[in-house]
Amino acid sequence: MTVATTGRVWLFGDNVNTDEIIPGRYNLTTDRAALAQYVLCEVRPDFPTGVRPGDVIVGGNNFGCGSSREHAPVAIQAAGTACIVARSFARIFYRNAINIGLPILVCPEAAEAAADGDRIEVDPVSGRITLPERGLVFNAEPLPPFVLRIAEVGGMLEFVKQYGWEGVTRTEF
Amino acid sequence: MGTHAEEILSARVGRPVHAGEIVVVDVDYVMSHDTTTPLAVEAFRKLDRPVWDPSRVVIAIDHVVPASTPAVATIQRGIRQFAQEVGIDNFYEGGNGICHQLMVEKGYVAPGAIVVGGDSHTVTYGALGAFAAGMGSTDVGLVYATGKTWFRVPETVRFDITGTFGHGVTAKDLTLLMVQTIGVAGAVYCAVEYGGETVRRLSISERMTLSNMAIEMGGKVGLIEADDITDAYLTGRVRYDTGTGHLAPVNPTYRRVVNLNVDDLVPLVACPPEVDNVRPVTEVLGVPLDEVFIGTCTNGRLDDLALAARVLEGQTISPTTRCIIIPASRDIYIQAMEHGYIETFIRAGAHVGSPGCGPCIGRHYGVLGRNERAMTTMNRNFTGRMGDATAEIYLGNPATAAASAIEGKIADPRGYLR
Ligand code: SF4
Repeated sequence: MTVATTGRVWLFGDNVNTDEIIPGRYNLTTDRAALAQYVLCEVRPDFPTGVRPGDVIVGGNNFGCGSSREHAPVAIQAAGTACIVARSFARIFYRNAINIGLPILVCPEAAEAAADGDRIEVDPVSGRITLPERGLVFNAEPLPPFVLRIAEVGGMLEFVKQYGWEGVTRTEF
Repeated sequence: MGTHAEEILSARVGRPVHAGEIVVVDVDYVMSHDTTTPLAVEAFRKLDRPVWDPSRVVIAIDHVVPASTPAVATIQRGIRQFAQEVGIDNFYEGGNGICHQLMVEKGYVAPGAIVVGGDSHTVTYGALGAFAAGMGSTDVGLVYATGKTWFRVPETVRFDITGTFGHGVTAKDLTLLMVQTIGVAGAVYCAVEYGGETVRRLSISERMTLSNMAIEMGGKVGLIEADDITDAYLTGRVRYDTGTGHLAPVNPTYRRVVNLNVDDLVPLVACPPEVDNVRPVTEVLGVPLDEVFIGTCTNGRLDDLALAARVLEGQTISPTTRCIIIPASRDIYIQAMEHGYIETFIRAGAHVGSPGCGPCIGRHYGVLGRNERAMTTMNRNFTGRMGDATAEIYLGNPATAAASAIEGKIADPRGYLR
C-alpha cells in the first residue's frame, strides 16, 4: 500500500545501473531475502545491512539504467526501502517499480536538496516530499491516475485482475 | 502522421496516436530467457489464467549455457518444465544462440510488428522496423496471459547519418559515437530513429548493432525503416506479415535531431565505467589487458567474426591475455566454421565457446577477477558487469578487440587490416 513514509535518505549519484543494484552474479534467484542481501552492495556496501524499513533512496539522473531485470526494484523493495525519489529514472526500471508496487517519484529539486542521512517524509499519493530538518517541502511530478492505482492495489498483476487492460486508459478510479 | 514509432503504434491501435498518450496494444511475439523467465512465470501463475497463445511465446536458454552451477541447472530445469507444461514449442535449448539473434534469425520479427522481451536488448529488433521493447518480468508474465501490454507513446530522438566508414571503422564505432554524442541518458523514455544514407547502406547485421545499443542511451526502441535489404533478409525466414508494409515517419515532430558524418570517424573505445565515456582508440593504446571477448548480441554475427578472423589470421594471441570468441548463434557458428574463421581463431590461441551470452553478464565462461581488465565487443562496460567490481571493461569493435588480443593491450586495428 502507498502510505506516507518517514525514514532516512540514502543518497546516490547519476546513472546507477541495474548491475550495481543487483549484480548479474547474484540475480539468478527469485528469493527476495537473498536478493535483498546484495542490493546496491557494489556502490554502497553499507546499504544492504544499514537500510531500515521506511528508508528512502534518493538518486540522480537515469536511476536504474541498464538491464530489464526486475530483480533490481524487487531487491530494493525486499530490503525495506519504502520509496525512491530521483531526478529521472531509466524507463524499464521505472515501469518495473510501478509494476511491483514500489512507489517511485521524479523530483529533481528534492534530489538536489537532500543529503545522505537526512530525515525524509514522502507521501506517494500527493507527491509531497518533506526534509523536516531542513524545513523544505517539495511536490513531485504527479503520477498518472492508473499508475497511482497500481501502487495502491499492490502491483500491476492485481491491477489487471481488478480493472482489466481497460483500467490503463481510465482517468478516474 | 508522425514519427516511425507513432506510425507503428497508430497502425496497431487503428487510430492516430501521438507522443505522451497511453495505449494498450496486442503483441505479436513475447520473448524471455533463462534469467528473466522464472520471475515472469511467477507473475504469470499469480494471474491464474492459461497462456494466451503458446505459439506466440519464445523462450531461449542462452545467458548461462551450459549451466554453471547446480542452482542454475535447477532454474533452467524449471523453465523447461514450464515450456513443456504450457506447450511452448518455440523453445531454444542452450547452444542455439543468443535470444535476440534467434528472434531475428528464426523469423519472429517482422516490419511493423510489436515484439516485447524480458531483456533490455530486445530493442535490437528495431533494425527490421519492428517496435520492440524490453520489459521486466511482471510485464512479460502479463503478456503470456493476455497477449497485451501498455505503452506511453514515446517522443523520438532522430539520428541522420551521412558519409562512408573508413578503414577499420564499423557500425559499432558509429553506435559508440551516437552514445558519446547524446550521453547514456540522452534518449530516456524516447524512441531512437536511425536514418540517412549511411544507415540505408548498412546490412541487417550492422543495423542490429545500432539498434542494439539504443538502450545504452536510455531508448525504448531503436527503429530503422524496413527496405529492400530488410525484405531480402526476411525472405524465406519471417513467419508472419503484419499487413502494414514498410512504415516510415510521415511529417514527424522530433524531440531532437542529431546529424553525424562518419567520413572521418576512427575506431572508438568506450572506457569504464560508462558507455558514453568514449575515446578514439589512439588515445587509449597500450592499456594492458587480461581478457578479450568477442561475441554477444551486439557483435557476435558472421561479419563480426569475419573481421576478427581477418585480423587474427596467422597471428598469435598474447600469452598474457586470454581471448574468448563466441558466435551469436549456431547458424553463425556453422557458417564461421565453413569460412575457416573458427580454425583461424583456434590456431591463434582463442577459446571458442558454444553460442550464447558467455561472460557478458559475469556469470561464467571467462569472468573477470580482482583488478583485471578486458576489451570486449559487448554493449555495456558497467562496474561489476563481467565479474569482480574492481575489474575494468573497455568496449570496441571486433577488429579492435582482435588486434588488442594479439598485442595483449589496447591496439589500433588498422595496422592489421590490409
Ligand atoms: S549477449 Fe550480453 S547483452 Fe546480449 S542478451 Fe546476452 S547478456 Fe544481454
